[in-house]
Parts: sequence; structure tokens; C-alpha cells
Amino acid sequence: MSDIIRRDPRREWILRNRLHPLHASLAAPQDQWMGPNGVLRKNPHAVGFIGPNGIKRIDRSGSQTGDGGSVRRSGAAEVQLPVFRVEQPAFYVVVVPDMVGGRLSSHDKDVLGLAHQLVKQSSAARGEQGAVLAVVFGAHKESAFDTAGVDRLLHLDDSKYTGYAPEQRLNVLTSLERTLEVSQWLLPDSLEGGGDLGRRLAAKLKQRPATQAWALAEGLVTCRAAGQREDWQRPASRILLMANECAEPVSETRHEVKPLLEELARQLELPALISRIEDKGQVAVDPSAVPLGEAEFILSAGNGIRDFALFHDAAKALRATEGASRVAVDNGDMPRFRQVGATGTWVTARVYLAVGISGAVQHLQGIGQCDKVIAINTDAGCDMVKRADLSVIADSTDMLAALIKLVEGYRGAEEGEEDAA
Amino acid sequence: MQPEMQSSELNVSVLLSVGAHPKTARSRRADQDAKALELALSLPKARVAAIHAGDAGDEALRQYLGMGLPALQVLPQPKEADVVPVLVDYLRQHPATLVLTGGKAEQGESSGMLPYLLAQELGWPVVPRVAAVESVGNGKAAVLQALPRGQRRALTVSLPCVLCIDEAAPAPRQSAFALGQRGKIEVLSAAVTTDSERADWTVQPARKRPKRLKVVKAKTAADRFKAATAKASGDGGQVIVPKTVEEGAEAILKMLKEEGVLR
Ligand SMILES: Cc1cc2nc3c(=O)[nH]c(=O)nc-3n(C[C@H](O)[C@H](O)[C@H](O)COP(=O)(O)OP(=O)(O)OC[C@H]3O[C@@H](n4cnc5c(N)ncnc54)[C@H](O)[C@@H]3O)c2cc1C
Repeated sequence: MSDIIRRDPRREWILRNRLHPLHASLAAPQDQWMGPNGVLRKNPHAVGFIGPNGIKRIDRSGSQTGDGGSVRRSGAAEVQLPVFRVEQPAFYVVVVPDMVGGRLSSHDKDVLGLAHQLVKQSSAARGEQGAVLAVVFGAHKESAFDTAGVDRLLHLDDSKYTGYAPEQRLNVLTSLERTLEVSQWLLPDSLEGGGDLGRRLAAKLKQRPATQAWALAEGLVTCRAAGQREDWQRPASRILLMANECAEPVSETRHEVKPLLEELARQLELPALISRIEDKGQVAVDPSAVPLGEAEFILSAGNGIRDFALFHDAAKALRATEGASRVAVDNGDMPRFRQVGATGTWVTARVYLAVGISGAVQHLQGIGQCDKVIAINTDAGCDMVKRADLSVIADSTDMLAALIKLVEGYRGAEEGEEDAA
Repeated sequence: MQPEMQSSELNVSVLLSVGAHPKTARSRRADQDAKALELALSLPKARVAAIHAGDAGDEALRQYLGMGLPALQVLPQPKEADVVPVLVDYLRQHPATLVLTGGKAEQGESSGMLPYLLAQELGWPVVPRVAAVESVGNGKAAVLQALPRGQRRALTVSLPCVLCIDEAAPAPRQSAFALGQRGKIEVLSAAVTTDSERADWTVQPARKRPKRLKVVKAKTAADRFKAATAKASGDGGQVIVPKTVEEGAEAILKMLKEEGVLR
């Protein structure tokens, strides 16, 4: 390069004129450029590169040629938590999680967190190591028992424990009480089954439980009583039915999730039982009568729906509760009480199927508690697709029609099977 | 079981407690108990006996009588008594086919243990969260149980049994004041067992529970910054661009089946 500064008036003119068609390409940020007075200008932001921990690094040795900060970190590095091992548990704190939808609920995780605090305290007091035993009934889909804090797992995957089988489950718990050294029983005091099973256990073992307990400190539990109007503080009992958010979930350790020892499992011989309660299965309820905030499965319509008659048909075929984005409501296509989002209902559905919804923050706030989000949208770059666990990039009308056909075929096949059986 | 029950009449005992308004704590008919009474009164061919263990002079009891109940039996008990033994005694002497209770009391410990303890003592099955009784006969009762999220489950339970009535049961009828004043309150004699365990528990007005804070356990400043500013978004799910619409529909159906929401 020669020392003579050469100016390019045309280029400078284009750079000053933001409306010029070539402005964007010439004004692309550069690391360094020649200023109008011949002074070399540098962009300090364009120097260096982003290191593996997200910290900007400037390497002046010249060996590294970072490309101007465009290196994107690929997510936080997976942190390996230390494993908490128990070789020979001297005693157990038994937790019976609800496993709503086959997974640990946040309530279950809180209870497991509390179980660990109890194990730590009791282990220190007794001078021997205890473990948290989780008893899981029926099939499950949970893969994170280790980070939730399960040292030992008793998984009873027999068909007699599925559905509503409190007597059979109670039978298992009482025989555990006989065979193991159980220091405490911890159950979520929920409507999902934990509250029921815990009370049955307490009545059977003739132990007074702490119910709706929400704090446990220094051997005292605080329970909500008198229809939520009073707090009763009492010494901790052996059976604790804990309310939501009773403790922080386990976050600093991983656990072994060892199946309960074979011989122990064999010792668990169950006394014969005449079941007096029989589960006849769930009854079909009208999904449109279920309040939106409680619905389990929501099919939601947005501005991308062209044919609302088809949408209603799809909701009927899927037996889903209908929801809507604000635009669909404002356009008069859906009633106001169906609106999901910041100014509508905050939903808690396990599965949220969003059709033609772009995913504005106001809408995403409303679906923050949903487990699984499925998006049908023509725009693969929209925020709803980023939030969704499964996105299908297709036109809403075609997809809904195909979905109706498929579901009806599936239902028909199932009913055919039932008739044959 | 008692075969003579099946033929014509059904003996139903409803256990009633005195409730309290959630905000003012003024005594009133308890919500779930009133629903239980409503359910008992609407059962065909039922002979309904209503029992209250507590203070016979409480005015709120008249609200139950105002629902069309001719008489109410009261087992007088002081506030700090354990009412389970006296109710068990009563139910042993006056056999019933169905015992209806609410799920949780609105006063006292509110533990919801009473129906379970009764059932354990009497050796009967107990079903919580009942929303409706569909039929009673042939030594069995068919009931609908309320599940979370507005769902219902059908159960059959052998008689005699204890049923706890849930919020989801039909709303109770209005209580007529004059009818309530006319109704009879029959005071029976009953032994008193004091609940001594609870004497030294401390009772306070409910404290507001602390809101859980989102704790960010990030090792580096960059992670903390990201946690503070990141939009609530999943870490990118599966994105399908289907060749045919059927392919996309299959994928959605597969997920719905996995989650078990397709009924
Ligand atoms: C104060 C305030 C409060 C608000 N509160 C709420 C609230 O509570 N709830 C709420 O929902 N909104 C709320 N909004 C509005 C919100 O900001 C968005 O405007 C709204 O959510 C967008 O709705 P939408 O996604 O249906 O429409 P759009 O943003 O128009 O998105 C339509 C989507 O459909 C897709 N699409 C178009 N055609 C098709 C097709 N044929 N097939 C498939 N996909 C197609 C498009 O790609 C697009 O992603 C609020 C706004 C404000 C200012």
C-alpha cells in the first residue's frame, strides 16, 4: 500500500446517503477504515472473539484470527454435577411422587428436595447414612430421577397399580414399612393422588400426619389449617404431606437411582387383597366445559387460521379445549373468554397446540407453564416455533384437515379393536 | 354387607360440620358439607340422617336445616375434642349404607383425615373427591370422582362405604330461614375424648407464604447475564417441514399419543 491517502468521493457520498441502494453493502461494519482526515479508524467492538465461556478474548499474539465476534457460543456447557453415593443405606426416607403424566411434577421435585434435607439431618443425628427411596407406580417417562434426587427407586410396573388403585398401592407401602427401616414418609399433599394415598397410609399406620405442611425447620412443621386461614405449628410427624413449594428441589448433586435391592424387593411379599374400589376408567367430559385455565389439552387459534369452522371441527375431533390469541378474539372469530395470554387466561395445559400463532411475548407469557407446545405455522422463524417442542411448517387449513382425518381414522381403528376384544 | 339395604330404602348418614367464611371467618354452613347434604337429599329413596359432632347451640346448623332437613342429630363435643371415636360409636349403633362427608373442614386442623379414620375404624372403603353418585344397589355404589383439570373418573365401590364430597359436586340448594328455624336439633348424649396431642401446638393466623425466587446458579457472569435477559423459550424443539401434510399430521399425532392426551 502506498502512503498517499486516496479518497473515494463517491463512496463517501454513498455512505452519507442512507437511502442509496448501495449504502447497506458499503456501510457494513469493518474492523478498521480510513477516516476523512487520513487517520486510521478502528472499531474496538469488532476486535477479538468470544471464548468458550462467553467472555470476549483479544489475542494479540497474532496466532488467532478471530472473526470479529461472530463466533456464537453453542449453549452453556453441560455441567456435570457430583454424584451423591450411598453404599449401604441404614434407613430410608420414602417419597411417593405423583408422577403426573408419567413425569415428576414440580411438586414432586420439591418434596424430593425436602427428603434430601431430612436425610442429611437424620444422617448427621444418627451417625449413619440414609437414602431417599422413591416408589413409582405404573409406567413412567421420567429420565431425570438422578438430578431430582432419587437414591433408590422402587418401580412397580404392574398393571394392577395403574389407574386408581389406592388399596393396592397402600398394600405396597405398608409392607415397605414392615421390611425397611423407614424414618419418614413424604408425600405431596396434592389432588393428583398423593394427598389421598398419604391419608390412607396415616390411617392405616395409626400415625397422625402433618397435612398441607409448607415449612419444616428444627423439627417443627408449619401446616395450613382452618381452611387456609391459620398456620398450625407442631412437632414433625413421621408422615408428612407437603404442600407445593415446601422446599427447594435438589440442584447441586446427582443421585444413583439404584433399583431397590433384589432380595429386599422379594421380601416385599404382599398380603392378598380383596379390592373394594374398582376403577371403571375416565369418563368423557365435554372439553369445552372445562375451564381454560385448567384444561389439559388446548388447541389454540391465531391470526393464521383461515377457516374457523374447520378449527372447531378439529377441536371436536381431538377432544381439545379451544383457546385463541388476542388477534383471533379481536377479529371476532373467537369469544373473549377463550383468549390465552397476558390479558387473557394463563393456562396450565400439558399439551398446547398453537395453530397460526406467531408467539408474541404477551401470548408466550400465558403459556409459560405448559409442558409441551406444538406449533403449526407457515413461518419457521417466528417466536412460537422457537418456543415449541415440535413445529410443523405448513398451512393451517391443510394441516387441520389432515389432522382431523388422521385422528378419526385412529379413533375408528381403536373402537374397532375394542369391539373385537 | 347388609342385603336388606338393597331392596327399598337406603340409609345415608351425612356428617356435617360448621364452616367458616374464608375471609371473615364468620360461621356458616360448610361448603363441601352442604354439597354432601344436597347429594344425600337428591338420592332417590334415601333415608337421610344428619349428624354434627360439636356445639349444639351454633346458629350455622340452622342453615343445614333450612335445606329441607327435618331434624339434625348433635353429639355435643367441646372444641378441643377428638370427634372420631364418638362418630365411630354412633355409626356402629346406627348402621348406614353410605356415609357422606366433606373433603376438609373449614375450621380446626383441616387435615381431611376424618373420613379415612372413620373408614379405617369401621373397616369400610373410602373414596375421596366424589362429584356424583350415579347409582346405589346390589351391594355396590357407582360414583364419579373429580380429577384435576375438570376430568371425571367412574368408580364402583362396595357398600357400606364412606364418600368424601368434592367441590365439583352440584351446588347446594339455598337455605330457607324459616324452615331452618322450624327444624329440630336433637341433642344426644356422647362421651368426650380430648385431643391432648394438639394442646401444645401453636396456632397463628396464616402467614403469607414467601414467593419463590428464581435462583440462578451460574458460574460465569456471561451465564448470569444470559439467565437475566434470555426470553422464556425452550431450547429449540424439533422443526419439521413436511413433504406432505399427512407426514406433519402423523408427527403431531405421535406426540399427542406419547403425552396421553388423546382420549
Ligand atoms: C397490552 C397488550 C396485551 C396483549 N395481550 C395479549 C394476550 O393476552 N394474548 C394474546 O394472544 N395477545 C396479546 N396481545 C397481542 C400480541 O401482542 C399479538 O399481537 C398477538 O398475540 C398476535 O396474535 P397472532 O399470533 O394470532 O397473530 P399474528 O402475529 O398475526 O400471527 C399470525 C401467525 O400465523 C401464521 N400464519 C399466517 N397464515 C398462516 C397459514 N395459512 N397457516 C399457518 N400459519 C399461518 C403467521 O406466520 C404468523 O406467525 C397483547 C398486546 C398488547 C399490546
